[in-house]
Amino acid sequence: MAKASIEARGDLRLTRLTKTYGDFTAVDDLTLTIPKGSFFALLGPSGCGKTTTLRMIAGLEEPTAGSIHLGETDITTTKPYQRPINTVFQNYALFPHLTIFENIAFGLRRRGQKDVKEAVDKVLNLVELPHLAERKPTQLSGGQQQRIALARAIVNRPALLLLDEPLGALDLKLRRQMQIELKWIQKEVGLTFVHVTHDQEEAMTMADTIAVMNEGQIEQMGSPAELYDNPETAYVANFLGQSNLIKGIISGNDGDSLIVDLYGQKIALPKNRSHAIDNSTYAGIRPEKFRISLLETPVHGNVLTGGRIEDVSYIGVSTQYQVEMPWGQELMVFEQNDDGVAPFNKGDAVNISWAPTFTFALRGDEDVTAGSEVQPQDIDEE
Amino acid sequence: MSQKIKDATIPTIPLGARIQRWIGRNLIRIYAIFAFTYLFIPVAYTFAFSFNDSGKSNLIWKGFTFGNWQNPCGAPEVCSALGNSIKIGFLATFFSTILGTMIAFAIGRHKFKGRSTSNLLIFLPMATPEIVMGASLLSLFLVFKINPGFWPTVIAHIVFCISFVVVTVKARIASLDPRLEQAAMDLYANEFETFRRVTLPLVAPGIAGAALLAFSLSFDDFIITNFNSGTLTTFPKFIYVSAARGIPAQANVIGSAMFFLALTIVIVGQLVNRRKVR
Repeated sequence: MAKASIEARGDLRLTRLTKTYGDFTAVDDLTLTIPKGSFFALLGPSGCGKTTTLRMIAGLEEPTAGSIHLGETDITTTKPYQRPINTVFQNYALFPHLTIFENIAFGLRRRGQKDVKEAVDKVLNLVELPHLAERKPTQLSGGQQQRIALARAIVNRPALLLLDEPLGALDLKLRRQMQIELKWIQKEVGLTFVHVTHDQEEAMTMADTIAVMNEGQIEQMGSPAELYDNPETAYVANFLGQSNLIKGIISGNDGDSLIVDLYGQKIALPKNRSHAIDNSTYAGIRPEKFRISLLETPVHGNVLTGGRIEDVSYIGVSTQYQVEMPWGQELMVFEQNDDGVAPFNKGDAVNISWAPTFTFALRGDEDVTAGSEVQPQDIDEE
Repeated sequence: MSQKIKDATIPTIPLGARIQRWIGRNLIRIYAIFAFTYLFIPVAYTFAFSFNDSGKSNLIWKGFTFGNWQNPCGAPEVCSALGNSIKIGFLATFFSTILGTMIAFAIGRHKFKGRSTSNLLIFLPMATPEIVMGASLLSLFLVFKINPGFWPTVIAHIVFCISFVVVTVKARIASLDPRLEQAAMDLYANEFETFRRVTLPLVAPGIAGAALLAFSLSFDDFIITNFNSGTLTTFPKFIYVSAARGIPAQANVIGSAMFFLALTIVIVGQLVNRRKVR
């Protein structure tokens, strides 16, 4: 059993995975397949169950119900050391009494590999820290410790590498650099990476596939572009970037398009981008998809008239406008400054227009603020 | 520019204020000198009188000699008493360290029914007056028809050392990050290997400290030993008994030697630690 599980390879399949602590359900009936070789991110705020999921995959937490398969092998009840899975811990968890070399060699030695020098040197070169082999972990900076933690895991060439908020303790500049490096290393070694984070930018930069988690369940799963471009719920629309969500009624059909009535103004959107279940809906448009024009300028696509510019903030590459609509809602518009200075002023009466294909439609009974109160920088992960 | 200003134009600080400032700056040093003098005068006295050419009573300075150091076992019984104390000390340390460490792991790492009660009960022997514990142990031994002597003394010492070991080791375990053990398990180390390669090495300084503490507690215990040792003479008992008719200078020699041995251990420990950090 132990022998078989440690050599398991293939896709990771979570089937109806559940974890409860007393009355609290941390992970709720989660079913998920992570393809071999992919860079997969579990994204969500603190307490959404992503870390618990990761710990169950690692074997550090026992599921209350459900199963975990790696390829064809059931690893649900196997011990952490019987799984071909390694973890990069949030605080790195390097062994303080061992040198960097021995830290990295730890996994190889436990598996009975006698000659570890070549493998350790190779992975130290990969993370570009070969000169630190004889140091102790406390003598290293945070960024160096992070790389050693990564090296200690990938040297074992596991079927699956788990990263628990791996960049959380680094400053912004170093984090950006490590994001690019992690992605590069993943391609280089060709392992399956499962990455847990509350930072949507981090997830979008690195992952091929993102699963947005909320209250122990997966809210939506897809490529970063799919999630951003066509969110299915208000939670996803607000958690990944910003969205303008406008209440409306689906009033008709026009070929492949739906006609939606937004406070008396009709707009169109592709049928396949609607997630509404009845007539009531929220039309969603990302702020950078909007175009502002003065009333007399002719425009194409969807148009909402009667706007008035309430606020202008110039931020270099773009200008952010707050536009108040006749029904009292303020819409957010990001305009690229490719023509120089922001051309509109506070108080201008304007139209807002956009291409119908950029519109998505959510269910009308959604909580439009879901996911938006959560500011990634405020989160202190459990 | 500034050099052109005459000295007289710089206001001088009055003498009183300067004295005050000097005291303010140096008070802590003066206090430290007094405190250390107070602490070390008895040790210095013991050390100095180990060189006394004393004869029977070692109370009055009669002249300098190396004789006591050359022949530390010169006084009757002093070395057999020392030998007994060392034997009891080692045995008590060995067993109390093993038992205490196991208890510390149980309380520090596992949740079980009665854990907080056990935690509290562990403190009890430390809080009990020694005289009470010594007397109760003696009556207990007598109930079981065990005569006072070497082994009852060892058992009594193990009893009071365990609490100190548990407290010391538990503090070390509490400061240990559980994620290190999880990381070891994650890196293919089974429970035993994790304990041997990660947990034990990281808790070891705490265990070593606990062992040293247990040994010194056992070595100089008098009250409990006096109740339970019967005719056996330990080093503290020897000193107590000979105090009536004059402590031989050899006792000063052994006392000083013990002091310097302990000092050496501490200094070596510090040096090793410092090198490790570098």
